[in-house]
Amino acid sequence: MNAPHDPSSVGAVVAQKAQFASPIKLRGGAVLPSFELAYETYGTLNAARSNAVLVCHALNASHHVAGYYENEKDNLGWWDNLVGPGKPLDTRRFFVVGTNYLGSCFGSTGPASVNPATGKPWGADFPVVTVEDWVAAQARLADQLGIERFAGVIGGSLGAMQALQWTLSYPDRIRHSLVIAAAPRLSAQNIAFNEVARQAIMTDPDFHGGHYYEKGVVPGRGLRIARMIGHITYLSNDAMMEKFGRLLRRGALGFDFDADFEIESYLRYQGEKFSTYFDANTYLRITKALDYFDPAADFGGDLTAALARAKAAFLVVSFKSDWRFAPPRSREIVRALLDNRRIVSYLEIDAPGGHDAFLLEDARYHAALRAYFANIDL
Amino acid sequence: MKEEEKALLSARPDLAAIAQWVAPGARVLDLGCGDGALLRYLWQARQAPGYGVEIDDDSVIACVANDVNVIQADLEGGLSLFSDGSFDCVILSQTLQAMRHQEAILREMLRVGREAIVSFPNFGHWSARLQVALGRMPVSESLPYEWYETPNLHHCTVTDFEDLCRKISIRISERLVLHEGRPVTVMPNLLGSLAVYRSTAG
Repeated sequence: MNAPHDPSSVGAVVAQKAQFASPIKLRGGAVLPSFELAYETYGTLNAARSNAVLVCHALNASHHVAGYYENEKDNLGWWDNLVGPGKPLDTRRFFVVGTNYLGSCFGSTGPASVNPATGKPWGADFPVVTVEDWVAAQARLADQLGIERFAGVIGGSLGAMQALQWTLSYPDRIRHSLVIAAAPRLSAQNIAFNEVARQAIMTDPDFHGGHYYEKGVVPGRGLRIARMIGHITYLSNDAMMEKFGRLLRRGALGFDFDADFEIESYLRYQGEKFSTYFDANTYLRITKALDYFDPAADFGGDLTAALARAKAAFLVVSFKSDWRFAPPRSREIVRALLDNRRIVSYLEIDAPGGHDAFLLEDARYHAALRAYFANIDL
Repeated sequence: MKEEEKALLSARPDLAAIAQWVAPGARVLDLGCGDGALLRYLWQARQAPGYGVEIDDDSVIACVANDVNVIQADLEGGLSLFSDGSFDCVILSQTLQAMRHQEAILREMLRVGREAIVSFPNFGHWSARLQVALGRMPVSESLPYEWYETPNLHHCTVTDFEDLCRKISIRISERLVLHEGRPVTVMPNLLGSLAVYRSTAG
């Protein structure tokens, strides 16, 4: 209930939906005859339409970037610490657009939406979507909002991949790309973690090959395990050790298979919570989108050649404690940009939060973003 | 010249020397760039685009605020982010003496750049010699730190530096030795407190 009085909050927000009646052809070849994107906006688009910043979300978030809902005051946007009046991404100056990607379970067209061809939920038939597809859909949203060119596109993790892809898909429609906690492509280890998560979901007896909606069940066990695996990769070993150490839940070892350690209980809780609000078919598709992202693939693995068409100025930020997308992965992007003589700055923040550090309020990180946004001409 | 530039050049006389050696439009890499003041000046005065390399968090943020391209990295790890011959000019101003591996960074500078500009406080200045002769580590305008708080690790003199350049086949094309902002031409290793060199691969 504190949010309404907080002058640095965008306040109560309303999610919106954009309808797109014309088809979109996806990278995998499938065509969606029509689609919807859920989005929110904060601030005001200026007369020159030059102050729009697109915020792209990562794996499990949504278009709800900042503020709260009137009927759900505790439901703060996932990047509320960054976006608001007087915050680093200042909504008094910028028109901020948070968009939900295609295939999501939070309002955009996705596996749980009705397939117009059958009148039933798409389920397993919903196509595999990619980062390129998401960006193409976002460009259609920009068209609808009257935004010819974004002042900036920002994202962390999978969101950063979208911010990078924007500079490649629409080099003339983005002035600044803020690429945070990113990798230019997943490593074998990254893909391996994703595959374990997918297997957890697909081997759940309630998965029914992806057509579980019509059976009235959800593959909750698979989702729980998938989330537990994911969560381990988001935290650094140090952060986990500091938060949980070897703390015991029951004060002593139980010599049974209940959760002995706090970390077990925490993961179980995170998995349980996730399984109540996230859709398994969406999870499968997001992890595929991560696995497939590789702009250098069409250039024989040469990232420098792949990024040659980017025209934007870049801010690349990594976190030293992030082992999922560790700083050397961001440096690959920086190196390719330097080779292309692009405008780029790179920060390597010594924050303890692991991969999730991009969501946290580190003073240096936020000071850098604040300074960067302040220098964007409108 | 703007006030901030005047202030910069009077506070750091080596930067004026460095700036005059940077050709208009040259691509510049400034190692240990601090808050990016030199890069900002080179862009405004010479239209020379560039990048800075800096390790300190506050300095990096200051660079971003100054609208200067900055790459946060440790120079001791080399310049692996930068490709061979990608710069016209690589600058290391008053940082050489604070590094662990002088040879390595000088070689790296001339790998990524056609030309290297290096400045450092001259430990051969008479005041330093005198203080050592009197049994004290020198403290002066160009060597402002007490021995127990100095970031400097490897002090050298004008003669020492030139010996190293010869040893690793670096060709010195120009030298400017300064004291209190003025050039010193007579006995520079004794009368100069700050040395600035312009060099290429030999």
